[in-house]
Amino acid sequence: MATITTSIFTPATAARFDKLAGIYPVKRSALVPMLLYAQDEIGYVSDAVVTEIAQRLDLLELDVRNVLSYYSMLRTVPAGKYNVQVCTNISCMLRGGFALLDHCKHTLGIGHKETTPDGLFSLEEVECIGACCWAPAVQVNYDFHDDLTPAKMDAVLETYRAREPR
Amino acid sequence: MPTLVSHPDEVKVLSRRFGQGAANIDKYLELDGYKATQKAIAEGPEWIINTMKASGLRGRGGAGFPTGMKWSFVPKVSEKPKYILVNGDESEPGTCKDHIIFLEDPHSIIEGTIIAGLAVGSKMGFIYLRGEYRYLLNIMEKAVADAYAKGFLGKNIFGNDGVDFDIITQTGAGAYEVGEESALMESLEGKRGIPRIRPPFPAVVGLYGGPTVINNAETIANAPHILLMGGEAYAKIGTERNGGTRLFGISGHVERPGVYELPMGYSLRKAIYDVAGGIKGGKQLKAVVPGGASCPILRADEIDIGLDFDQLAKAGSMLGSGGIVVLDETVSIVEFALRTIRFYQHESCGWCIPCREGTDWIKKTLTRFHAGGGTRKDIDNVQYIAENMMGRTFCPLGDAAAMPTLGFVKKFRSEFEEYLAGARPANPLIQIQPVGEPEHAGAH
Repeated sequence: MATITTSIFTPATAARFDKLAGIYPVKRSALVPMLLYAQDEIGYVSDAVVTEIAQRLDLLELDVRNVLSYYSMLRTVPAGKYNVQVCTNISCMLRGGFALLDHCKHTLGIGHKETTPDGLFSLEEVECIGACCWAPAVQVNYDFHDDLTPAKMDAVLETYRAREPR
Repeated sequence: MPTLVSHPDEVKVLSRRFGQGAANIDKYLELDGYKATQKAIAEGPEWIINTMKASGLRGRGGAGFPTGMKWSFVPKVSEKPKYILVNGDESEPGTCKDHIIFLEDPHSIIEGTIIAGLAVGSKMGFIYLRGEYRYLLNIMEKAVADAYAKGFLGKNIFGNDGVDFDIITQTGAGAYEVGEESALMESLEGKRGIPRIRPPFPAVVGLYGGPTVINNAETIANAPHILLMGGEAYAKIGTERNGGTRLFGISGHVERPGVYELPMGYSLRKAIYDVAGGIKGGKQLKAVVPGGASCPILRADEIDIGLDFDQLAKAGSMLGSGGIVVLDETVSIVEFALRTIRFYQHESCGWCIPCREGTDWIKKTLTRFHAGGGTRKDIDNVQYIAENMMGRTFCPLGDAAAMPTLGFVKKFRSEFEEYLAGARPANPLIQIQPVGEPEHAGAH
């Protein structure tokens, strides 16, 4: 592995990446997980992330970008601190997924893949998230919220708002 | 958090530890945990494969291929290492069964992976979850770490010299296509999830070029139960050539949606009206998608059928991933068809032209049709395009998009014609896009 002298990641993440590059039969296998963990820390896959991950895995930046552009959860622009992902696929649609999406657009004042001016929330309409029997379902970052109504959705958003210092 | 449901008709084999805190390794051990693995080590590969064959277990991802046979295809001697790959990239709309196994019984997946490894002579397994399942990855990682700490994974497992097995867990990053076995291998190798042509099949040339067994998470979680109860006993629960039970996720317009473990061959009518409590709000049933979004729709008069691979195939549909999506009388099939094809158009990886162009063309046609700009020829065109996608792609995604589309236009052609004549649903589920407006700017 190429030696990384100055990492853009926290020491904990850098150490995790050192380990991740060594556990697979082929180093490149660590690419998708690394991109996700990098995004978790930096907020998106920035140019600097691409450069460092390419270096860590002995890949061309082009190889990294080629993979990056394929996966829908990876983004190259920042999102809100809390990314609200509303599922509107069939099971959720039948139980009010689109109404929930419209409610979120209205209450947050933003559209698909937009971010509130304070940077707190972004909104995304997503495909099936695997919570069909507990529909309609929403993911905020990685947290699942099931069996929602517009009123319950407001309460969910409030719990994230309440985490912020006033 | 998913809610656990229960019904007296359930036969709890796979789900028998659900709700009992079995993610904790000590609790799991109290509930017969890791006994099957030790038995497998003692009895050897031939016994494992014979037991799996006798069980009649068929792949729970959707294809329904006999698991014991799949394991027996792996060459005994191989220059390259052999691998076990557990497919937990659960992405078929209507399907959330693996979700609940990862949550409630992660060790059963670890055990199944080791057992598959013992059966085919592999020393390394991968458990791949979809990217959205991060909290479930955390649960799996904890379970794997606990198993290592007890000596159930690593070198000389359970104190048996020379019996080694390692497990790596990871997630994807959002891609339906990666649930297809060859695209899954590509993703695990750090590439775009694009399918490989077969042959060679993964059992001969798979992950990193080595022989690879790829099983759905539910399939693999069944293995320890089968080894403990015996193949014949498991087979007896189901119907002919459809051994055992299945986790059915019933969603949509029912009173009690949830994941229920029912014997193979259980009546679809009873699953909807008894197990899931009937149609929500006392409405009438219009149609059912019996096994996830890719399975052709069944009309309300076609539900007197047993839920197994062969009976559903005979009825012109599929058992698929066991995700039963129920539509009440108010649903517009035009809207439902549009939402379904939007999904497949979004998820087509673009590798094969019939899928890439076909899904896009159908989506555009149905979008215009839905907005009121349709013609009679559109209905025929949609059918024509779908028929020409069938069987013409590397992987089954093209078929998965074409099959439900054909079901909608063939079984509910009159609804498309009425829509054309101006009929509109009383409760529209999707907003109508004015003709000429930019394309839908959502996920799809």
